[in-house]
Amino acid sequence: MKHVKTLNRNLTKSVENGGCGECRTVGNQSCEKLSKKN
Amino acid sequence: MIHAFKNSGYNIILDENSGAVHVVDEAAFSLALVLKKKAEEDSSFHMEKDIPKDILVEVESENGALGKEDIEEAYSELFSLYEEKALFTEDTYKGAVDSFVHHPTVVKALCLHVAHDCNLNCRYCFAGQGEYHGARGLMDLETGKKALDFVCENSGSRKNIEIDFFGGEPLMNWGGVKELVHYGRSLEEKKDKHFRFTLTTNGVLVTDEVIEFCNREMDNVVLSLDGRPEVHDRMRPFRGGQNSFDTIFKNIKKFADSREALGKEYYVRGTYTRFNLDFSKDVLFLADQGFRQISVEPVVCDPTLEYAIRDEDIEKLSHEYDILAAEMKERIGKENEFNFYHFMIDLEGGPCVYKRLSGCGAGSEYLSVTPDGSLYPCHQFAGEEEFLLGNVRDGIEEKKLSLIDRFRSLNVYTKKECSSCFCRYYCSGGCAANAYHANHDISLPYETGCVLQRKRVECAIMLKAAKCGL
Repeated sequence: MKHVKTLNRNLTKSVENGGCGECRTVGNQSCEKLSKKN
Repeated sequence: MIHAFKNSGYNIILDENSGAVHVVDEAAFSLALVLKKKAEEDSSFHMEKDIPKDILVEVESENGALGKEDIEEAYSELFSLYEEKALFTEDTYKGAVDSFVHHPTVVKALCLHVAHDCNLNCRYCFAGQGEYHGARGLMDLETGKKALDFVCENSGSRKNIEIDFFGGEPLMNWGGVKELVHYGRSLEEKKDKHFRFTLTTNGVLVTDEVIEFCNREMDNVVLSLDGRPEVHDRMRPFRGGQNSFDTIFKNIKKFADSREALGKEYYVRGTYTRFNLDFSKDVLFLADQGFRQISVEPVVCDPTLEYAIRDEDIEKLSHEYDILAAEMKERIGKENEFNFYHFMIDLEGGPCVYKRLSGCGAGSEYLSVTPDGSLYPCHQFAGEEEFLLGNVRDGIEEKKLSLIDRFRSLNVYTKKECSSCFCRYYCSGGCAANAYHANHDISLPYETGCVLQRKRVECAIMLKAAKCGL
């Protein structure tokens, strides 16, 4: 596209793959599971 | 909804509910601002395939340098994002998060206050010279072991457990720290657990022996240093009032360098106050001393104190974050590049929406333990009588279960201030302790913190764009 460059729907996709509760006790945390599945 | 902002020469559109980030030119940015206004005015807003005439006229009148063809082209590209559900997407998460936050939880982490005592007299310390407004004291070994037993018994089938050695100054109970690490390791096989130990220290008592032990056993260490010597010494003197920078700096530098060489995690962590509103200079001072993992954070304290951040400081502080982000952008890929804790963001593999919307875990997944074994929702509530939850010997008091439920239920949907904020997926509704200390209500966000957090997220996204070479 000429006017827009997209950097990254990660939240939308995480509804399906997230919610396992295995994460540690937010913005800069990474999720091992989602990094693979998303 | 979308959030559109400019930073360091970038025009950026964040689609709040999908998490999509777009770097755009002036035509698309001008259009986005007009479309956002329309969406705010009309709850049934949707994008048409072809640009509506009133929108074209409005963009042309607001930005005369743009040609009609450019605007129409940009609109067409934005419409394709809209169709791909990467622009103006709806928030459809509330039901899922409601059920998630009421799931049973386990304890994942403990903050062990192994010493309510300190060899410094930091003016802004929320622990009040390390004592948390109580008596000085060290956690004895029996209480520490009970705490580790408590987390094993209350963590269900979870394998990874985090234990933060905290204070006061934990190195004032260094023998206890080492014994507890050994005890934790002895539990791992029989309890099917893995302990991830961490240590937060002011650096005064760091020795070669401390460094060697921590580099073997601690997954992370946090080393307290505020920045430039005069800034540090003004707020972090020894108990006798003497300057501490020279003593601490050489210890912390040696510690950080050793972690860096081994590829181990560490943070050099400072606090900025009204006395150093030009805190970007402190961050860059630390970076130029060779530290690569840095966090410098705003003080949260009684607003009447002379070093407290005031509303009139916010503009200056926001500008400082911009200065820092611009400098970090210049350092990308160079030898003097560094990480800044509040500018780190994972746009692709970050946490799921359930985690993002439900918060930090304080009061349910994370608890702090004071030297006498008392349990509190987190280290910033330690010593606050109304937040005492129980103790490591007898567990949580039954009458305090409703308080734990209250912490567990905190999420962005229970805070009306968060509902229209673009930042809600990056801060989870903010810190309950900051909310309590600012507003005496754990569910009422600390507004000054919110304003600064929004600026930091904008800077973090800009740096991501810069790192991608956009």
